[in-house]
Amino acid sequence: MMEESVMNRESNSYTLIYTTVVVILVAVALAFVSQTLRPQQAKNEAIDKMQQILNSLRIKADSGNAEAEYEKRIVDSYVVNVKGEKVDGDAFSTELAEELNKPEAERKYPVYEAKIDGKTKYILAMRGVGLWGPIWGFMTLDDDKNTVFGASFGHSGETPGLGAEIDKPGFGKEFIGKKFFNSDGKFVSIAIVKPGKTVQGQDYVDGISGGTITSQGVDAMLLNSIGVYIEFLKK
Amino acid sequence: MGLSENNKKILLGPLGKNNPISVQMLGICSALAVTSKLEPAIVMAVSVTVVTAFSNLVISLLRNTIPSRIRIIVQLVVVAALVTIVNEVLKAFAYDVSKQLSVFIGLIITNCIVMGRLEAFALGNKPGPSFLDGIGNGLGYGLILIVVGFFRELLGSGTLLGFQVIPQSFYDMGYANNGLMILPPMALIVVACIIWFQRSKDKDLQEK
Repeated sequence: MMEESVMNRESNSYTLIYTTVVVILVAVALAFVSQTLRPQQAKNEAIDKMQQILNSLRIKADSGNAEAEYEKRIVDSYVVNVKGEKVDGDAFSTELAEELNKPEAERKYPVYEAKIDGKTKYILAMRGVGLWGPIWGFMTLDDDKNTVFGASFGHSGETPGLGAEIDKPGFGKEFIGKKFFNSDGKFVSIAIVKPGKTVQGQDYVDGISGGTITSQGVDAMLLNSIGVYIEFLKK
Repeated sequence: MGLSENNKKILLGPLGKNNPISVQMLGICSALAVTSKLEPAIVMAVSVTVVTAFSNLVISLLRNTIPSRIRIIVQLVVVAALVTIVNEVLKAFAYDVSKQLSVFIGLIITNCIVMGRLEAFALGNKPGPSFLDGIGNGLGYGLILIVVGFFRELLGSGTLLGFQVIPQSFYDMGYANNGLMILPPMALIVVACIIWFQRSKDKDLQEK
């Protein structure tokens, strides 16, 4: 008797309705959770970005003091266009990933200025592709706008132990003192080479053993991302 | 209100004789990946416990309504939703750890323990015992993770939860951290040592 009143569980219509209801309920629940937690996550991401910028300045900050350190060290920030002119916009909220989808003339590139021991340092943003997903980083140049003062890198999902090593301080440290322009004032970027190899005509650092594709991604990222700042760096 | 004899067995069994890692050999991969430090091991243990407990509860509540043809799909939807929620919560409240665990939280979806308990227990039992079974198995998994994480961080980095515990005087006398402990193969060897220890204590578990 009971069986008749309940819908047949194995029928196609029951299965269809069941899946629809389950999927809608799950979607609503996830949307709600995501919306509720969004402000807190955005704050964490901002602090993480500050930490990365500070890392490229060779300053170690944890999530507790990153905001205060950032306020103290970063004296100015602005966005420049491809001609190296300052334009309207906020550097910190500028997402390089979005800018790169725009036509070249409309793109804005963030620049941060910091003072270390009374000298100005320029921090430039970078973005590229690794093996599994995006990689990014910050490059800090001395006031000659050529010599590297420090660098920090990040990635969303490179192979742990191999490509993922780029976010370790040890990799960023290798860049210190390297130059982006050659002695004739031409932009040549910094090459990432297989450990032990050398290149002529430009500065180079060792890549990550076993992380060849990620290292090549960093190489391309330096060329492309710092390349767009050429006009700004020449001023 | 105490637990009945049967429920106690459901809750505590996976901590010992029925342990998902050391006896059933499930979930080994994440045990290798997240145990080089104690803190991510603990967070992973808590996350998996939450996911197994609540997915067991939800599937047990739904067990009489799920069309059997699509039961795996329904299980996956429930598990995936719970894992996504855990991931979002970690990103909001434990950002550094969530960055460290990165893909492994998402991979809880494919952890055989979760699906295994849904199929083996939640589909055939009432919500209360199912919830306890989920907690028990999560804790059994977590126990092994924490033991492995403890030894790997202590011997590999000389720290526990980031605090230096091996005194400087040891290093001055020539003691060095064992870098091998940080690498994944040592997790397998530590797990093997736990299994060895457990089987030598508990003769029932020894294969004939």
